[in-house]
Amino acid sequence: MVSDVVIVGAGIVGAACARALAVAGVRVTVLERGAAASGTSAKGEGNLLVSDKGPGPELDLAVYAASLWPDLVDELADELGPAFPSLEYERKGGLVVATTAAGAEPLRAFAASQRAAGVDARAIPNGTALELEPWLNPEITAAVHYPDDAQVQPVIATEALLASARNHGAAVRTGVEVTGAKRDASGRLIGLVTTAGDVPAGAVLLAAGPWSGETARALGAILPVRPRRGMVLVTTRMPHRVFHKVYDGDYFGATQSSDAALQTSSVVESTAAGTVLLGSSREQVGFDERLRVDVIREIATKALRLFPFLANASIMRAYGGFRPFMPDHLPVIGEDHRIAGLWHASGHEGAGIGLSLATAELLVAGMLGTAAPIDAAPFGLARASLAPYLEEAA
Amino acid sequence: MPARPVPAHRDPIRPGAATPIVISIDGDPVSGVEGQTIAGVVLATGRLAWRRTSVDGRPRGLFCGIGVCFDCIVTVNGERDVRACQRRAGDGDVVESQHDELPEAAR
Repeated sequence: MVSDVVIVGAGIVGAACARALAVAGVRVTVLERGAAASGTSAKGEGNLLVSDKGPGPELDLAVYAASLWPDLVDELADELGPAFPSLEYERKGGLVVATTAAGAEPLRAFAASQRAAGVDARAIPNGTALELEPWLNPEITAAVHYPDDAQVQPVIATEALLASARNHGAAVRTGVEVTGAKRDASGRLIGLVTTAGDVPAGAVLLAAGPWSGETARALGAILPVRPRRGMVLVTTRMPHRVFHKVYDGDYFGATQSSDAALQTSSVVESTAAGTVLLGSSREQVGFDERLRVDVIREIATKALRLFPFLANASIMRAYGGFRPFMPDHLPVIGEDHRIAGLWHASGHEGAGIGLSLATAELLVAGMLGTAAPIDAAPFGLARASLAPYLEEAA
Repeated sequence: MPARPVPAHRDPIRPGAATPIVISIDGDPVSGVEGQTIAGVVLATGRLAWRRTSVDGRPRGLFCGIGVCFDCIVTVNGERDVRACQRRAGDGDVVESQHDELPEAAR
């Protein structure tokens, strides 16, 4: 049983864990090198997706997370009051389409496997898809509607979770970088060395997203999380012509691939402001932030396959970020089996916004020794699929 | 301080004679001088907002003034989403403010 926790990282995963632990009565301090929600949490689309996950532990976690979001949004709104901005939670639904003859059957088979796992995945006739999205390319070859896909404004959600954590006694310290570990004679982690002095800790929770690898190294542990870069294009405002999260069925293949080379897969949605977001790309190029025209061009070209009207759209800006990539495509949630006192909550790749709440519940159960809402073993650092990477890295 | 053009005789860069132009803004004729942006002409009338946001209907006008924020977009001669801060006003231009309602599904 843990009574005080220092969380490293004030992204949405750290924020969700901070709130859940603080509500449970744990003394919580959050340390953040930059500003809250300044890393991966601010660089995506705020996706809460069940549609892009095949049957398995990550889908179980996503389905559980999807069940937590509506109540959490209401609770935070009640607690923080009308002066706090809306989390912009919207259960707008996802529409996944195939754009090639060869892609139709794999998409339908994938949806069938998700239905068997309890996901509301509705294979719909192409005509019905065009009623849902009248501006969609009529040449699609298959379509699946996922009513449970949702989105949230991730920066506001992170700040709201932190505000609630503070209301429950947590301290959030930004501009503090962790540089090393304090251990007792048995090797147990008892605190952190930081740029603002030593911080004692009953337990340390590492939630630094793609930077968790280097932070773990500073603490003397190997964690095989790597940055996987992504880019999003933003159009100028326009009348609303995209009503769901619409993506090409090859997106799942891109998320599950471990290829380091550039992969793009079309994801299109509009925001309340009237802009349209065009994604997505995946490549492993370290923490290289440079804007790349070839990536932008490929994303834009593929978006036209879904929505030909975008050919006349103007791109107002582009942004990019780094997903915390795990070699076996599962987040690490739970205690480190090598260093007593160290816990992990990272490696969610592109799904961390949605999975943050479920991650926090698993962490609380692990730290307080209460019953876990779903099986936490598949997310343990000691799982078999991760063993080769822990050895290789060591 | 209201937005207004500097009278030519007090302008330290001593410009040549200004060529007057007239454009219409939401049907009203408004005078300016050649070389001004549409945003400049509109601001000189004292009007600070000419668009509303889709979600809350909040007023928007010139924010960055340098073409980055896209807050000042207007319809010019039938072409929508033109940045008022980037487009030179031409004599006879027909400028209309624009507003896009949210679709029912997104409310």
